[in-house]
Amino acid sequence: MKHLLSTHDLSARNALRLLDVAEEMAAVGDREIKKLPALRGRTVVNLFFEDSTRTRISFEAAAKRLSADVINFAAKGSSVSKGESLKDTAQTLEAMSADAVVIRHPASGAPARLAASGWIDAAVVNAGDGTHEHPTQALLDAFTLRRHWARVGGTPSAGTDLTGMKVLIVGDVLHSRVARSNVWLLTTLGAEVLLAGPPTLLPIGVGAWPCTVHYDLDDALAQRPDAVMMLRLQAERMNAAFFPSTREYSRRWGFDDGRLALLDALGLDDTVVMHPGPMNRGLEISSAAADSPRSTVLAQVRNGVSVRMAALYLLLAGDPHDDVPEQHDLPALIPEGRTP
Amino acid sequence: MTTTTSTRTSARTGTAYLIRGGSLLGRGVEDLLVRDGRIAAVGSAAASGAPQDAVTIDADGLVVLPGMVDLHTHLREPGREDAETVETGSRAAALGGFTAVHAMANSSPVADTAGVVEQVYRLGLASGWVEVRPVGAVTVGLGGERLAELGAMAESRAGVRVFSDDGICVSDPVLMRRALEYVKAFDGVIAQHAQEPRLTEGAQMNEGDVSAVLGLAGWPAVAEESIIARDVLLAQHVGSRLHVCHVSTAGSVEIIRWAKARGIDVTAEVTPHHLLLTDELVRSYDPVYKVNPPLRTPDDVTALRAALADGTIDAVGTDHAPHPSEHKECEWAQAAMGMTGLETALSVVQHAMVDTGLLDWEGFARVTSVTPARIGRLGHQGRPLAAGEPANLILVDPAARWTVDPTTMATKGRNSPFRGLQLPGSVRATFYAGHATVLDGRLATPRPVPAADEEAPAWNL
Repeated sequence: MKHLLSTHDLSARNALRLLDVAEEMAAVGDREIKKLPALRGRTVVNLFFEDSTRTRISFEAAAKRLSADVINFAAKGSSVSKGESLKDTAQTLEAMSADAVVIRHPASGAPARLAASGWIDAAVVNAGDGTHEHPTQALLDAFTLRRHWARVGGTPSAGTDLTGMKVLIVGDVLHSRVARSNVWLLTTLGAEVLLAGPPTLLPIGVGAWPCTVHYDLDDALAQRPDAVMMLRLQAERMNAAFFPSTREYSRRWGFDDGRLALLDALGLDDTVVMHPGPMNRGLEISSAAADSPRSTVLAQVRNGVSVRMAALYLLLAGDPHDDVPEQHDLPALIPEGRTP
Repeated sequence: MTTTTSTRTSARTGTAYLIRGGSLLGRGVEDLLVRDGRIAAVGSAAASGAPQDAVTIDADGLVVLPGMVDLHTHLREPGREDAETVETGSRAAALGGFTAVHAMANSSPVADTAGVVEQVYRLGLASGWVEVRPVGAVTVGLGGERLAELGAMAESRAGVRVFSDDGICVSDPVLMRRALEYVKAFDGVIAQHAQEPRLTEGAQMNEGDVSAVLGLAGWPAVAEESIIARDVLLAQHVGSRLHVCHVSTAGSVEIIRWAKARGIDVTAEVTPHHLLLTDELVRSYDPVYKVNPPLRTPDDVTALRAALADGTIDAVGTDHAPHPSEHKECEWAQAAMGMTGLETALSVVQHAMVDTGLLDWEGFARVTSVTPARIGRLGHQGRPLAAGEPANLILVDPAARWTVDPTTMATKGRNSPFRGLQLPGSVRATFYAGHATVLDGRLATPRPVPAADEEAPAWNL
């Protein structure tokens, strides 16, 4: 792997390798001295065009635990409104010899653009781009799920995938980079994925995704998922008539106390409730659910550092197990001779 | 490198050309004599009638076609001379095999007055590479609120017949109705950019399977189709002529087919890029593939090709849209929409339509020259290759193969989505009103500026 841009083009082999290295990194986090010399002398730039304290400090902690030098570059607002183009910013970082650029950007595809443009040689890590992908979030979710699945099955976590697991993702899939990255990664790892949400917040084209779609959350819960992942509802969706009111949304698609009780009633003792944060308590998730023993919210945060350490380590320190470059076939043209 | 007007000779005493052995419209091989702006003779009379100083061109293996007429070109001047000028854009047009282009109105200032359209018209005359026909804006400043002075533009020296707010849809149904009605007074046509604005707020690409994966805001087919459906019904109601710009979806084709079957006076164009490229290319997030309307699906491409072949879509329009590199070297969402197309149009249409057997060369001439000239009311363009006709014609080598390299193009725009593709067909010569603007595949000389008293005949030989 040269870059980590999406989970859509991440092979099962590379995904498992990332998760296994993350297990090793997690062990470092349990030590008294939480630091490895692996990236000493290397420079990691956190290039954030969008506010995200949580993701930034997670990457910062990951890089520092690997002894990398970290530069935080907060370029909030669109690059155009700031007057400096992404190209100029990239070339500035190149001139400063950045080894890796962790980029968060409001425009879908900005990390891919950075990686493919030739403006910069550094490894590019997508820390969330528009409504496209958030691959390290999906990796930390998969890591969390894998640990849970291993504990339930009484097996070691490392080396295993998510075969047999059923994961329900609920909410604003249309605008969610977390949902997209999870759909690709979890299915690559063998899990079965279900989506539930209002039809207005499921993308046109979702029918081609490797998952089933439910408009009714209770119907979806009746499918007995092993994990329920609640997505954050952005306040601005209210203004665009995606649903009539937040109360109606909450009643139909919120994980409220009633649905928490439903898990018990269905005998789903081992089903966990996930949320990528930050949570809208009382909107997409009730406080009781967020604070229940089923909640993995804090474990997800903790695992985020381990997964990001693994990503930076594999991209920058190289990987002896690296496999062949993954294919990006662009079926660009109508095949020769294809005629109506 | 513009030649000053004083050194140019009159069009009426220009070089005569004896074009030998070309295949007229891809059929019979005949000689042609071009003299004094016209096709002076066809067949054996060409050689016998040629003056001694006539330049002989060996057209063996070449196809002779009427010069292409583009209904949809962005020349950017006045206002964005960093993107293109009338000079550079019309050079690109000549090299691409065009003898006339319609310059879209979204310049700065907008071409919404007689003054601006006459300025563009005069710049075209001064450049001399192709006939430049300004398109007039439908509404003041493309604002979509009140009609521009369409009559003044029609009566100006530019003689505007095509009106469009291209880039922006005339979405107000009442304003569209009035525009359609009003231009009947001078045989004008409204060329609509069909895009329902509310359905496409923030739209970045075709809405479908690919946009779902890429997380880019969708531009749904229905936003185009609903406007076309409304407009053909309006055109029927008021008995007016409607032209639909850059049709991009299979559904639009069905609506236009239906409208034509009902006798509605509607014409439509398709761009070369929509005949070849699909939204799969957007997976690269390379803004060179960002265009409006967006690249669609393979099924849409197939339907557009069939529609162009069967006449449902009347014409090819390039929507040549040059942009400075900084407007494409950025994130997808920030990038400008548009692609260059003048210098690749012939090759892409040959590849998509002729080499696939959907059109023969006569059909190619129909969709690239004869019909667009009729839509734009250019009586002297798109004419038969016959003695006495104006000599707006091109020589094409259909066996040539070339690799698209935007850095070598005459347009200022480097935003060609065909970059790196190998395409068939090359324009070897272009004759604009009998003057060779392109010879041996390279720019020759511009047509001399007609003297003031010859200006009107310049357009109406």
